[in-house]
Order: sequence, then C-alpha cells, then structure tokens
Amino acid sequence: MNAPFKQPTRREVVVASALVGGALVVGCSPADLMSAGSDVEIGAFGPFIRIAQDGVVTVMNKHQEMGQGNHAGLAAIVAEELDADWTRVLVEHAPANAKLYGNATAGAQLTGGSSAISNSWEQLRKAGAGARAMFVQAAANRWNVAVGEITVKDSVVSHTSGKTATFGELLADAAKVPAPTDVKLKDPKTFTLIGTDRVRRKDAQAKSDGTARYTQDVRLPDMLTAVVAHAPRFGAKVKSFDAAEAKKVAGVVAVFEIPTGVAVVAQNTYAARMGREALSVEWDEDKAEKRGSAAITQLFKDVAVGKNTETPWEGFDQRGDATVLDAAPKAGEQVLEATYEFPYLAHATMEPMNCVASVDGAKVKMVFGSQGQTLDQLNAAKIVGCLPGSVEIETIFAGGSFGRRANFPSDYSAECVHIAKKVGKGRPVKLVWTREDDMQAGYFRPITVHALKVKLDKDGFPAAWRHRIVTQSIMKGSPMPSKGPDQTAIEGTAGSPYLKATPIVDAQLALPEVGVPVLWWRSVGATHTAFVMEHTIDQLALKAGKDPIEYRKALYAKAGAERHLAVLNLAVEKAGPKAAAGWTRGVAVHECFGSVVAQIAEVKLENGTPRVGRVVTAIDCGVAVSPDQIAAQMEGGTCYGLSAALFGEVTLTDGKVDQSNFDTYRVLRINEAPTVETHILPSGNPPSGVGEPGTPVIAPAVANALLALSKTATTRLPFVQA
Amino acid sequence: MAVTLDINGKPVAVQASPDTPLLWVLRDELGLTGTKFGCGLAQCGACTVHVDGEPRRSCVTPIEAVGSAKITTIEGLGGGHPVQQAWVRHDVPQCGYCQSGQIMSAVALLERQAKPSDEDIDSAMSGNICRCGAYQRIRAAIKDAADTGPPRGEPHADIDAAIVAGSGATTRGAGQ
Repeated sequence: MNAPFKQPTRREVVVASALVGGALVVGCSPADLMSAGSDVEIGAFGPFIRIAQDGVVTVMNKHQEMGQGNHAGLAAIVAEELDADWTRVLVEHAPANAKLYGNATAGAQLTGGSSAISNSWEQLRKAGAGARAMFVQAAANRWNVAVGEITVKDSVVSHTSGKTATFGELLADAAKVPAPTDVKLKDPKTFTLIGTDRVRRKDAQAKSDGTARYTQDVRLPDMLTAVVAHAPRFGAKVKSFDAAEAKKVAGVVAVFEIPTGVAVVAQNTYAARMGREALSVEWDEDKAEKRGSAAITQLFKDVAVGKNTETPWEGFDQRGDATVLDAAPKAGEQVLEATYEFPYLAHATMEPMNCVASVDGAKVKMVFGSQGQTLDQLNAAKIVGCLPGSVEIETIFAGGSFGRRANFPSDYSAECVHIAKKVGKGRPVKLVWTREDDMQAGYFRPITVHALKVKLDKDGFPAAWRHRIVTQSIMKGSPMPSKGPDQTAIEGTAGSPYLKATPIVDAQLALPEVGVPVLWWRSVGATHTAFVMEHTIDQLALKAGKDPIEYRKALYAKAGAERHLAVLNLAVEKAGPKAAAGWTRGVAVHECFGSVVAQIAEVKLENGTPRVGRVVTAIDCGVAVSPDQIAAQMEGGTCYGLSAALFGEVTLTDGKVDQSNFDTYRVLRINEAPTVETHILPSGNPPSGVGEPGTPVIAPAVANALLALSKTATTRLPFVQA
Repeated sequence: MAVTLDINGKPVAVQASPDTPLLWVLRDELGLTGTKFGCGLAQCGACTVHVDGEPRRSCVTPIEAVGSAKITTIEGLGGGHPVQQAWVRHDVPQCGYCQSGQIMSAVALLERQAKPSDEDIDSAMSGNICRCGAYQRIRAAIKDAADTGPPRGEPHADIDAAIVAGSGATTRGAGQ
C-alpha cells in the first residue's frame, strides 16, 4: 500500500537522479529518500512480526530468498527470542521500504554480501524478544502476577501456579502493551532452536510440489507477455526496425522501441517469441564494444606486466622496499613468478531474468524476485517520473541469483518498466528473457589477470611479494563507489594473511575501461583472489620443499590468523590421515564475508579432466543459526565454484557473446558433483556470511591437488577448455 | 486449433497451434506453472513431464507430437508422493526452480528401477541441471525414497500443515 502520489520536492528529485545517475549525494541515504511516499502497515509487534488470532507467527523477511535459506534462518532468530512454536512460524517477503527494511550494511533494501543473517541478527533478536515481553506483560496483567514468575515455551505462556495461555489467547491484550524500548536478549548458551537441526527450510514442500511462486509463474488478469530483441553487441542502439512480419504473428499485440532494444508484446510467451523471430532490426554500433575476449585478456596481461602503461595503478598494500624484487636472484634464492587469467563468467541462474510490472500514471506495481528493492524502485521511479515510494514491489522467490538480480541500473526490471509504461493503463506486463537473452546480456564476472613475483627468505617463507591485479571495476560509476581502490577487485588479496606475514609488499590494482557490463558473481573478488593466493601458496611451499598444510600453519602463526588456523586444523582432523586410494588431496583456505572456510578436496584425473570426489569443508561463520542450511550452502557453493572452475567461460568474438545456452556454456551436472562434508567450528561470535564463502575455495583446492599430482601449476581457468 | 490433451488424468481442451511446445500450453494456457522454463533446448530438464510414464522435455515437445498420450506434470503427483516427501525430508531445494523437473526425472527412474545404483542415478539425472548444486541431496533423497517406498509420516508434516493453514504466505505461493 502506498500513500497517494505527491509531487516530489526539488531536493528529492535532485537526490533521486543523483542516486540513480551517478554519485551518491552526501548526507542523504537511500533510507532517507525511500521514506518519501512509502506506506507500510505496521502491526503491534513491529515491522518484522505479525501474529494471527490462531497464534501463527509470520516473520517478514526483508531479504530475498533465492535459495540461500534465509527464510528459515531469519525466522529462527525471531522464533528463538520469541519462544514461538517453530512449527507454527511462517515467513513472507517484506514490502519494499528501505526505511523499515533496509540492509543495515547498505542502507538500501538489498540482499547481498552474504549479509542476510549477520545484518538481521541483533534487529530480529530484539524484535522477537520485544514481542515476547509484550505477551509476558499481558499475561502478568491478566493473572495479576509478577512478570518474573512467567515463562514462555512453544508459543505458550505459563505461570508458576500452573496457569497457561497461548499466544492466540493473549493476542488482543499483548497487542495493547506498549512495545518495550529496552529488551533483554537470551544468553546464546540457552538457545533451544538456533543451532539445532530443527531449523529446516520453510519452503521445501512448496518447492517440491510446484506451488512455489516465481516471477515466471505470475499470472494476472489481462496480463501481456513481452520479449525484447537486444543488440548483438554491448553499447549498440536501435537504428531502425521493421515490425510488419512480427505483427502478423497471431497473438502479437504491439512492437515498439525501448532504450535497450525492440519490445514485442503478446498475449502469451510463445507468440511473443515467434513475433521476435519475425522482427528485423538494424543496429547502430558506433559506440558498441567490438573487442573480443581474447583481445581484452591480452590487454589486461599487457597492463599487468607493464607493456601497456595507459591505465593508472592504485596501490592497496605497499610496505618496505620492493625494488629488492628487481635485483637478480642471488645463489640459492628462490623466486616465483606467475601470471593467472580468469574469464568472463555468466551467473546462469536456473530462472532467466524476468519481471512483472504495471504502470498507471505515476503508480508502479512490480512483482518479481527483486534482490535490490531500493535500486529497483529508484530506477523505476526515474523511468516513470514519480517518487520511489510510489513504486510498490511484491518480492517473490527468485530461481537463483548468485548476484545477478541486483545491479545498479536494474537492467531487466527497468526494461520491464519501460514496456509497462508504454502499454500503460495499469496493464500488467511480464518480461520474459529466454536463456539466450540471459546468457548474452552481460553483467559477467569480469575478466581478471593477476601477475605476481614472490621472493622467499632463507627459511622458504615470502620475504617480498609484488602483486598486480588487472580487472574491470564493478563499482566504478555506481551510486556506491569505493573509497580508494575498488574493494570488490582486491578483497581477498587485500587482507590476506600471507601478505600480512610478508615484510615487503607491493600490491597494486589497475582497472582498464571495457564496454562489457560486469557485476558481482557469488563471492565477488574472491572468485579470483582466493585462487591466486591459495594456489600461489602451494607453489611457494613446493619451491621451499615444505608440506602445504604445515607451510600455511606457519604463515598463519606469523600473521596472527587464528581463525584460518582453526578451520584448517578442523578440516585436517576430519579428513583423516590420507586420501582414498587413487585420489590426490589439495587444500585451500579463504576468508570472505566475515567467515573462513577450509577445504580438503580429493581429486583424480579422468581422461585429462579433473574429477572431484570427497570434499571436507570446515567453516567458522560465528554462531551457526541453521547448521543444515550452512551445510547446504557449503555443498551448493562448492558445486557453483567447481562448475566455473571446470567449465565456466564466456567468450566474445568481435564483441559478440559466443555462448547462448547450456549446450555452449557448460555447467556442473550430478555425475560430476562432489560429495561435500561440512564441519562447523563452534563459535560464540555473531553470525557471519554463509551464502558465498563456500564458493571460492574449491578451485584452488583442485589446482593444488593437480599440482601435487603433476607438479604443474594452473595459470588459467577453467580447467577444461571448450 | 482445438486439441484435447490428457493431463493428470483429465481430458483438457486447448486452443493452440500444433507446433506450440507442450511447456507453453501447460504454463500459459492451463496455468500449470509447476513445470518450469529453463532453456528451451532440452538442455536443463526444468520442464520435465511424463508422457505415458516416460520423462520428456516439454519445451521441445510440440503438442501435435503428444496426441492422446497421458501427460503427468508435477501437479499430478499430488504433493505427497514418496519422492516429494523424501525431497522435503532432505531439504533438497534451495532456489527450487529446477526441482519440479528433478522430481519428475527421479519418479520416472524409480518407477523403472526400484533400487537405483549411483551410476543409475547419474545416468537418469544428468539431464537435469541444478545451479544451486543440490546434487548430493538429490542423490540422497532418491535413495531414501527407494528405501522408503510408499508414503509415510515424516518430520516436516507439522510445518507443512502450518504453512498450508497460513494461506496467503508467499512461502506457499500458489499461482494466481
């Protein structure tokens, strides 16, 4: 529900266009902006908890459930402090309202950075504890007893005298109790739900019987379906188009130009697709990116080794006199030089991008798997010319995202709003991207090159470390630019315990401009930095004649990296003394999103292709809210990382994406999937990330096993070249 | 053109050109949205249905090729099929988008092979992509369903009942 549309003030317009168009205006957070015009009904128990007459508790999930299991974890945090009956707790996606539902780490309502549990931890504990206190007070009033004599268990409030009342029975009274301003949270040692295997998914049944509702499944009265003919090269525009044949296709309703191409709007999906096939479009490619991926990779390599000096360098860790690396090595001095190349990667979610929107004057209603509601509201508002608060978003399940559904221009949802605006009159339009549209639309993990030179000391440990990273910036030009070097490009190299343990460091970043849209891809910078750091360490250990596990332990001791050491020890212990016959082990450890993961992977070569069997995983993610979902994320994250490591590569020929579907963009299948064992390090620290940290570790673990097997380093991913 | 299809045990009349893929008739014309669109090329298995008991990719099956064959979709399994129960017991789904297709492939496998080996599972299920990587739970759930046989009580029943009771929750999210 939204308040009636009101004219935006000049400040709001300025801020909105600044936010969407470029730099973030100082002093106005997205939450300030979003407070304009939004209206969400808040019940007695606050924005996160609704309780029905029958005592069923509904938790509002301010994040997107796209597979990572936060529906269960977030609900469990509330249920724990509320002492609610877990079997009678439901979850719903919250409406779009950054003021109420902003991500504590971003301000905007946004699911990302593996932050759903961590940024909600205090907030939802307090919400649950506050509601509990209201039920306790209501019971104390009704029974005329002291609050301290009352306990709550499974949605039942009890007094020492034996009197009991359910949440449902106390609801009306509890709702009248003033919400407490200061609540006492449980001692985590007394948790009865959090950390147990009772915290299971709330959506498993609906996702097993076909009733779970995704954007693709939205059916509204009078709804039209649209597909868009996109340019074959990034940055191209429509020059002209001929819609005559397309309009002859039965069911096609309209064909028109939008900023990203030509939209074909039809009565149903098949007609829309047939209409697009009959359409002919001429493209203006004056400003299009026409380079191929090989040329882009070569450019990045040239920049990395100093052959191309047009791109400026930014230092991100520079200590000591790195010129020692330029001197010729003395007798007995060990030096490693290595260059690593990483390709473009597609997210390739199971559900291709899509959106449902209707535009009626200055009111916009959207139904889709929105991952960045605030951005999506702002971009829609800019198109329609209204306040962001007039953009209502109903968030529903997303069939995967891995980062893809949240991007600064809201590419696919903005496209849908453009079409719905043209259709007008509040008529809903479903934008459907085919697999081909999705795979060729860009927003790839950027091509990245690392070039290193590391000199070892007399004991075989790094004495001087030169590190050059060349990649495309994800954050440059966005409303959330990094202060200093783009953190998404360097995270994982920056902050590495191995650099901390090295006395002389010269680490720098260069970000050449390329016209291919790039984006965060599950685990972001760690997709390449974890590989480089972990595979380099094994090569250094090999040069030093040391065991890679012992070598890591010594470096962690030097760096004070206690959590790294703890997960490594746990993985080593759980893996047991040696690999199964015929398998070779590789180890890797990486910290990202506040969590540290160690993996020991057992690998063998089958017809020259790495086969991964058992993968022992240890994670320190603070308090484990849902151990089973943490395990699920380690299993799934490992498969996602392994899929990319083995096969993932998007290539461009003269600016055109070569891959179009799963026949050309190979992904991991069940016969190639490893068996992942997950071991969680006990911790009393607040929860940290789980959705992404399981992804980046497997590739270096496999490379390290191959290094042990063949003494050959892997300098280019994927392992299997098409 | 009017065609009568046999879907989940009922004759259903549809208006569609004969080359229309079964997937789009199921989803757009009949509102049976449990069967998913993933690739359109029979590469991912998200659209898997049964045609006379055999798993088929509905995205490349034109309705003219179906004739009077019996079509079963995920909706036709009823929600409490032993394979669906095993899926819930193991919390197989993550994003869940591929799971209708996975389950239809798994049911077909178990119908022709009561106790499949790992190799049997690989061979029957490798046409179904899961980008969330729920593969080891899919494998475990298939083996569990094979051991379990007919439906039985399971630990999630209470939660599911509550979810059903809380109609309107997006967790349940029946199509409109």
